[in-house]
Amino acid sequence: MSSIKIKIKKETKDKIVEICNSFNNSPKELINILHKTQDFLGYLPAEAQEVIAEQVKVPTAKVYGIVSFYSFFTMIPKGKHPISVCMGTACYVRGAEKVLDEFKHLLNIKVGETDSAGKFSLASLRCVGACGLAPVALIGGKVYGRLAPDDIKKILSEYDDCECQR
Amino acid sequence: MSNYKYHILVCGGTGCVASQSPQIKASLEQKIAEHNLTNDVQVVTTGCFGFCEKGPIVKILPDNTFYTQVKPEDANEIINEHIIKGRKVTRLLYIDPKSSERKSDSKHMGFYQKQLRIALRNCGFINPENIDEYIARDGYAALAQVLETNDPQQTIDIIKKSGLRGRGGGGFPTGLKWEIASKNPADQKYMICNADEGDPGAFMDRSILEGDPHTVLEAMAIGGFCIGASKGLIYIRAEYPLAIRRLEIAIKQARELGLLGENILNSGFSFDIELYYGAGAFVCGEETAMIHSMEGNRGEPTFKPPFPAQEGYLKKPSNVNNVETFANIPVIILKGWEWFSSIGTKNSKGTKVFALAGQINNVGLIEVPMGITLREVIYEIGGGIKGGKKFKAVQTGGPSGGCLTEKFLDTPIDYDNLLAAGSMMGSGGMIVMDETSCMVSVAKFYLDFIVEESCGKCSPCRVGNKRLYELLDKITLGKGTIDDLNLLKNLSKVIKDTALCGLGQTSPNPVLSTIDNFWDEYLAHVVDHKCPAGQCKALKSYHIDPDNCIGCGVCARNCPVGAIKGEKKMPHEINQALCIKCGTCYEKCKFNAIFIK
Repeated sequence: MSSIKIKIKKETKDKIVEICNSFNNSPKELINILHKTQDFLGYLPAEAQEVIAEQVKVPTAKVYGIVSFYSFFTMIPKGKHPISVCMGTACYVRGAEKVLDEFKHLLNIKVGETDSAGKFSLASLRCVGACGLAPVALIGGKVYGRLAPDDIKKILSEYDDCECQR
Repeated sequence: MSNYKYHILVCGGTGCVASQSPQIKASLEQKIAEHNLTNDVQVVTTGCFGFCEKGPIVKILPDNTFYTQVKPEDANEIINEHIIKGRKVTRLLYIDPKSSERKSDSKHMGFYQKQLRIALRNCGFINPENIDEYIARDGYAALAQVLETNDPQQTIDIIKKSGLRGRGGGGFPTGLKWEIASKNPADQKYMICNADEGDPGAFMDRSILEGDPHTVLEAMAIGGFCIGASKGLIYIRAEYPLAIRRLEIAIKQARELGLLGENILNSGFSFDIELYYGAGAFVCGEETAMIHSMEGNRGEPTFKPPFPAQEGYLKKPSNVNNVETFANIPVIILKGWEWFSSIGTKNSKGTKVFALAGQINNVGLIEVPMGITLREVIYEIGGGIKGGKKFKAVQTGGPSGGCLTEKFLDTPIDYDNLLAAGSMMGSGGMIVMDETSCMVSVAKFYLDFIVEESCGKCSPCRVGNKRLYELLDKITLGKGTIDDLNLLKNLSKVIKDTALCGLGQTSPNPVLSTIDNFWDEYLAHVVDHKCPAGQCKALKSYHIDPDNCIGCGVCARNCPVGAIKGEKKMPHEINQALCIKCGTCYEKCKFNAIFIK
């Protein structure tokens, strides 16, 4: 397999190659390689997957198959402030759906999308383990608990001042 | 270790960390330093206390004082009053909801009185990042004993006789599992810990790993010795950063003391543990899928046999146990199988950890003896239903389980009884629902989860569950018919009989159990086009009761779509064509003038 048209920067490619090397380019380590690459890039663009496939000597389809299988891996760059609304059962029965709807409404994006400014991205996840605070949402690393739809506008406004250019 | 007069234990579980427990610890330490008490008072971060509802928790030893909902600014008062003057800070003590009395220690709290902590014995007592504290509570003594006896079969027999069954959901006898793996000869075997806790609303394994990681390592080494494995692998969710960090620290500390690695305690037995990260796939809780994921593939299950005990990780005999199962092992060895098997019911021995959550007063992590009734769990430990509402159902077993209704409140909880009642033990999620939960919507919620998490390998699960979801969606929109209900039932049975793996075979359970227990509610949706719980938007409408409306206009001002009109001080009216059923007017009205039909 020859590399087709790789649009990522040379330094980025070198870094991915380095990650693959650190796992001896072993196909058994694909999941760990993808974890490390996503830690580094924030997401897994198609081009990065091509580099990995070439390095580990498996078809790109196999790499893509793994990326698309696991919900932890994403091909869309996250916003500067990634929002995750917990949709675990405990949060669900305490009204998480309404909270999620309010985020969708205010940001005008769907789950899995990033807003046009690259400021916020929205995801739902399954159980943060903070069920005592249900319903819960995470923005970046910060946990917001006992949420009601009315709170969301104010919470988003906490991020008004920051200069969010990707 | 120096002799501290006081130990202040601060909860370091995920819930309490999210509500500022690290800041509480920092403020306490600052105040201790200001008062020159650093030699007398020690602040320790522990694992989860379980009482997440009232977090962050701060406990003071030796007097066992239990402070709830502590804030960083309370540190000053705790040090000044409690530590220096010896007076308890009354306003931070737990208030018993029944007697309205303040309880000063956990032993007198309803939440803890009915509990029996075996798997969670160290959570909330020790600093999980310090191996000495684990050793001080008999840690690694069981491993030493097993290695000294040097008879794997004898240890396997102890586990078999104890009656311990797998706590991950299946309930397979652990001792038997070890025996099978021990009898398959191979040059390399693997002891695998399944820490891919994927149930939405369950956090038992995470709390054990965060609060007492060494117990899992010790039990894995014991298991490794019994089946003849020199390698242990822990498959853990990447979404659990704190648990991962604590495991890494624990593994490092155990290696330094020679409790992991070559020639453990001079016994000639070598055992080491590596971590593998999951990447978010519910199906990876199924053991064959998990093994494929560990090998760097999509986590798709394969048909059994061959079982992992015959052909597991890298085609070598492997034994897979869940975190909570492991957490029971060292205690059983030290206290004996007779003690363990004296707890519980005929075929379910010991205790079970549940993540109690939902519409209940005391959300938290609990460990109870098998055979306790749901009523005791919900009303005595859980403190009853939130807001004084009526109990409707409790969901156990996660997406593979089912709902139990009022008639099962006095059934003793064990593997067999839950199965007979149409649910299952599962990994230990226990979600309590009140009268405002629509059971069709709950079934739809779980099916949505299953559709997203189905690996797609077999068509009954991939296609069948999608159809089930669509049918449920149709019903919640008020477009369902009686025929749809029959179709739901038949399709569910087909999926149960034909899906490839455990996930697929149990996926229709939420549908079947809600149909069995709440048939009337389904009928109300399809025949009367009403949602009795008032949750399905398409099936409800908001109305103003002219007798109660005083015309204050609050509803009209808050309505986001301008659907409410009326003269001042005259009864208002809702324009049903404009109403988006958001419920804002219902929540804002102070005169109970708005009702749902």
